Amino acid sequence: MPPLQVDAALSLLRQSGHPAPVGTPGSPEWVQGLIDALCQLSSRDALTGLANRRHFEIVLGREIDRVARAGEPALLLIVDIDHFKQVNDQHGHNAGDEVLKAVSQALLECVRPMDTVARIGGEEFGIVLPNCPPVFGPTVAGRVRSCVERRRVTIGLSQQIGVTISLGGAFAPQWVRSSVRLWLERADLQLYNAKAAGRNRAVFEPAAVSMVSAEEKGLLFNISEFGVSAVDPETGSGS
Amino acid sequence: MNVPTHDTRAPQSRRARITAVTSGKGGVGKTFVSANLAAALARRGERVLVLDADLGLANLDVVLNLSPKITLHDVFTGKHVLEDAILPVAGGFSVLLAGSGMVEYSRLTPEVRDQLLATIEAVTPRFDRVLLDTGAGISDVVLYTLSLAHDVLVVTTPEPTALTDAYATIKVLATTQGRHSLLLAVNQSLHRGEGRSIANQLQLVIDRFVNPGLDAPIKLDFVGEVPTDPNVRTAVQKRQLLLELYPGTPAAAALLAIAGRIAL
Repeated sequence: MPPLQVDAALSLLRQSGHPAPVGTPGSPEWVQGLIDALCQLSSRDALTGLANRRHFEIVLGREIDRVARAGEPALLLIVDIDHFKQVNDQHGHNAGDEVLKAVSQALLECVRPMDTVARIGGEEFGIVLPNCPPVFGPTVAGRVRSCVERRRVTIGLSQQIGVTISLGGAFAPQWVRSSVRLWLERADLQLYNAKAAGRNRAVFEPAAVSMVSAEEKGLLFNISEFGVSAVDPETGSGS
Repeated sequence: MNVPTHDTRAPQSRRARITAVTSGKGGVGKTFVSANLAAALARRGERVLVLDADLGLANLDVVLNLSPKITLHDVFTGKHVLEDAILPVAGGFSVLLAGSGMVEYSRLTPEVRDQLLATIEAVTPRFDRVLLDTGAGISDVVLYTLSLAHDVLVVTTPEPTALTDAYATIKVLATTQGRHSLLLAVNQSLHRGEGRSIANQLQLVIDRFVNPGLDAPIKLDFVGEVPTDPNVRTAVQKRQLLLELYPGTPAAAALLAIAGRIAL
């Protein structure tokens, strides 16, 4: 077997502050350590240290399987920093990076160890909360929101700024085989609604409603409004 | 509340297209439509399987006058293999009957969910079309079954109670399964064009009360009406397919036309 080419891998680990693998270089234990470290590295976001999008999607997929199998509730929150472009424009990109790191830290601190927090885009984050019942959703999202809002980020020598976040939430469909993409889409839509409603808030997907109001019934049965006498007065009146 | 969401990756090549038939209200002729639609699709050359997904109160066997020895119940309890429960019937299609003793399956438990999923996955490579005849109502079993289908055909009659329940079903599917399109058929229409008017009116109510809350509006795809026809009653009483017993009648022609609209 030709010698392993590991220089690039080792320098990647050094650059990211990862300890070198233990054991004799080239031994199975050492190679395994190297592989594990690279896997670690490829699942983290370089700036914030949070899970990256790749890892996040794996976690989401696993959670969907679990929810479909066990029927436990699970919540997905998509988080976006409000007016992040203004931070960059007014204070520079270094300040922007500091804000991203501070928000990441705040997010990590206000969720449970079992929850996964990831940076999934520029200033967009995702949080998967396994076993989170729907009634707790708004409480959790409110806690995350105020946690970030209270946080002060020091930029430059002494300047302190604060940011707010908007959150969109969607619960995984219990017992149902769904897809990661669809779950992300649903939470993303609620994030959009939170932004549209004025930011610095959490919006959740509405629960299924099968109630039909009197107003809806009124319009439903008013088929003559259509200019076609579609409902026989005999049968149309009885219900 | 459970929020079933259909898997948009579901369609796969060389696997059956799964069409679920549902209604909200019972007694609108859902099973009658499923069975005759299956026969109509079979005549168009499709290999069709009708799966009686009304696990609690199955009655496809009644509509088709079958007394099956082996049913889904036997498959679920491990007494027989799936192949033995697939039954070819006179209309040129096959059926998978729920059978009696399935009351314990009328609640969605992990076992029921897995069994249903496994059954559907096992049959889709062998057919062009799987029709899922769901039970009435919008229980979690029904919603789960619907979530497994590529298309959902909502069957209603012009009666206000049936319309209300069809509308409630559409509303739940729109908000929880992210569907953008639903098929609609109107059974027992009293005059030509009534089905279309009902579809238009349902769409109007949806546009006003449901669509504003959705990212993508839901659109009803009206596939046809089956006129009130005394021959239907006779066929149901004789427990035979309308398409076999009275092939030339208006209702039979209407079912063939609907099959034409949804054919692969």
